[in-house]
Amino acid sequence: MIQAVLTNIPFSIMATGALVGIAATLVGTFLVLRRSSMLADAISHSIVFGIAIVWLLTGLASGPVQIFGAALTGVLTVVLIEMLTATRRVKNDAAIGLVFPALFSAGVLLLNVYARDVHIDAHTVLLGEIGFVWLDTVSLGGIEVPRALVSMASLTLVNLAFVSILYKELKLATFDEGLARSLGFYPGVLFYALLTLTSSTAVAAFDAVGAILFVAFVIVPPSAAYLLTDRLWRMILYGCAISLISSVGGYYLAVMWNVSIGGMMALATGAFLLLALTFGPRYGLIAQELRRRGESSRNDRRALVVHLHNHETAPERDEESTPEALREHLRWNAVRAQRVLRGALARELVTLDADNIRLTPGGRALAREVLEPWRRPVAAAATTTRRR
Amino acid sequence: MEALFAFLGDYTIQNVLIGAALLGLSSGALGAFAVLRQQSLLGDALSHATLPGVALGFMAAGTRHLGSIMLGALLTGAAAALLVVLLTQRSRLKTDAALGIALSTFFALGVVLLTRIQQSGNASQGGLDSFLFGQAAAILRSDLWVMAALALAALGLLTVLWKEFKLATFDPTFARSLGLPVMLLETALTVMIALAIVIGLQMVGVVLMAAMVVAPAAAARQWSTRLEGMVLLSAAIGATGGVAGAVLSATGRNLATGPLIVLTITAIVLFSLLAAPERGLLWAAVQRRRAGAMLHDRRVLATLLRLSDEHADRAYGAEQGMLKVLHGLGTVASLHGLERRGQVRRVEHMPEEGIHWALTESGREAAEQTLAELEAGES
Repeated sequence: MIQAVLTNIPFSIMATGALVGIAATLVGTFLVLRRSSMLADAISHSIVFGIAIVWLLTGLASGPVQIFGAALTGVLTVVLIEMLTATRRVKNDAAIGLVFPALFSAGVLLLNVYARDVHIDAHTVLLGEIGFVWLDTVSLGGIEVPRALVSMASLTLVNLAFVSILYKELKLATFDEGLARSLGFYPGVLFYALLTLTSSTAVAAFDAVGAILFVAFVIVPPSAAYLLTDRLWRMILYGCAISLISSVGGYYLAVMWNVSIGGMMALATGAFLLLALTFGPRYGLIAQELRRRGESSRNDRRALVVHLHNHETAPERDEESTPEALREHLRWNAVRAQRVLRGALARELVTLDADNIRLTPGGRALAREVLEPWRRPVAAAATTTRRR
Repeated sequence: MEALFAFLGDYTIQNVLIGAALLGLSSGALGAFAVLRQQSLLGDALSHATLPGVALGFMAAGTRHLGSIMLGALLTGAAAALLVVLLTQRSRLKTDAALGIALSTFFALGVVLLTRIQQSGNASQGGLDSFLFGQAAAILRSDLWVMAALALAALGLLTVLWKEFKLATFDPTFARSLGLPVMLLETALTVMIALAIVIGLQMVGVVLMAAMVVAPAAAARQWSTRLEGMVLLSAAIGATGGVAGAVLSATGRNLATGPLIVLTITAIVLFSLLAAPERGLLWAAVQRRRAGAMLHDRRVLATLLRLSDEHADRAYGAEQGMLKVLHGLGTVASLHGLERRGQVRRVEHMPEEGIHWALTESGREAAEQTLAELEAGES
């Protein structure tokens, strides 16, 4: 039964993809919040060098030793970047752009020269072959399990343990590094631990999705989640959910269109980012636009009541309170005047009888509030201004 | 010599050399602006983002026609740059995340499109893979014309608007106050960097083109403090590295061109970081050593002066062992150096054994000056 599920080809592919996504999101959330996303890019490129070196030295292409050994290159990348920045001869962004292409090039050339026949050719480096993860299995307690699934599951568990055990410390070190340091939490050590896990995850995910698509799983789901929520645990949760759905959806779309499965999964995370960017409840583009419009019609209504109030006791009151006067004196076009009038009527700020707009007591109160804010009753202030 | 002529006469080699020179010139010159504006990683994002354009250009032309592939690459590169701007200006995401998002999702789209082309079984798709890591040998003479036209356009614009670009790079606020369209200039620079990337795609590949934008400029920056010098040098380094890497690749065992070019230029960067006059790390180390030794010398002299004042003996000989205790390692080297310059001399101080040192007249003057400076500094 279990055997049947684990060797089921679509299941093993989708599960591997989802685990890559979840493991990457767990560490990626903190990288995105720390503004170090591009380190994930650098790391995932330069582990190619580590994978080549480990393979040449030990002949290993998988397993914990290989993962940790190759992951050291990722950490080395960050150390080199920081050393280069510390010389103050180049800026940090240029340092990143110098270090990882060099290591990546060295790795590709090594594979090019020495590893022509093994499965890690240049193509896999970039694209991975998640479609074939079910071919390579290991026996686990008598059950044949895809190797990639085992290594990704282990990495996901390690990352999950790291994030949940050190949740408070990570949170503090991410949002207030200075305070974390002064409280004795070694944010630098935490950061390097995070980077080691990122590198290890990149190595483990390498066979499945390759070096570059991995970047999508680290950066895109946490970024999409960041557009949806302000709470850290929700951001992690949403990121994991997006990874999961992207893997399943990406798989079916890829099969349907007969294209790269890993590429489609990564592209699906991008689709979620666009959705979050457009429809996000508070930070989405639509929400921003609605808020902007709400603000501007609120200002229009306040202009209307002030205008009426100014002329309320004067002799020209009747001619100032017609809809035409709004057009001529406030310089609103017909549509805008209509809209403001409708809004004001709906909120019972004014009444309309026979082409004459009259303030209601509520409208008069609002106008006074605008004109003489210092007179505003303290308790009422907050509620009235917000609602009208 | 004949071998060299035969080598240079080879049709493929000529193409490769010209192509590499064009690539290095344009990415080197424009990379200088990217590095100075701290947009090195934008080049990374743009170069990855050209992959879907390569695939789309191929699909539109139905064959490996470099013109349409480059046009496609330029378009998706520009779209990625727009996405970065949209994300950083209209959402709460920061630049690093925006770059990473553009880079990885566009690359994923490219991968998807490439596999789509492979499934379609188009026979002429063979050359497409070379756009990942670059394949110098795949360059045709007709490709060179396209590359040259693009390089000419980018470098020509750079020359014509040189002053404006310079001002917008170093002091955008001042440029704006002069009424220069800074936004437009910045956009133009980004588009020109995208052009430089597109020129190099076939030789270096989408993955490593980022390095061609950053590395020559970072190396050139070490040698020059003027923009003119930096841009020219950067272009020269880019062209040299490009040609060297391309030759290695074309003559060697069918190694990928991109990585070879990148490693060549990285070697130039390392050399520049270490050895460039004034900014080089080796120079800095030598200078620090020299300054340290000079300070040591002056402290030894000052001690000798104080001792001789204390003993009211202008020819007082201080024991070397005692000076070593006071001033630690390097004291003997200091004393020998001072002796060579005639500021101290060896004296006998019977019945004590061992070497003793006394100030000469010029040494006394130097020490008095040091102490005077010290007092002036303290007051």
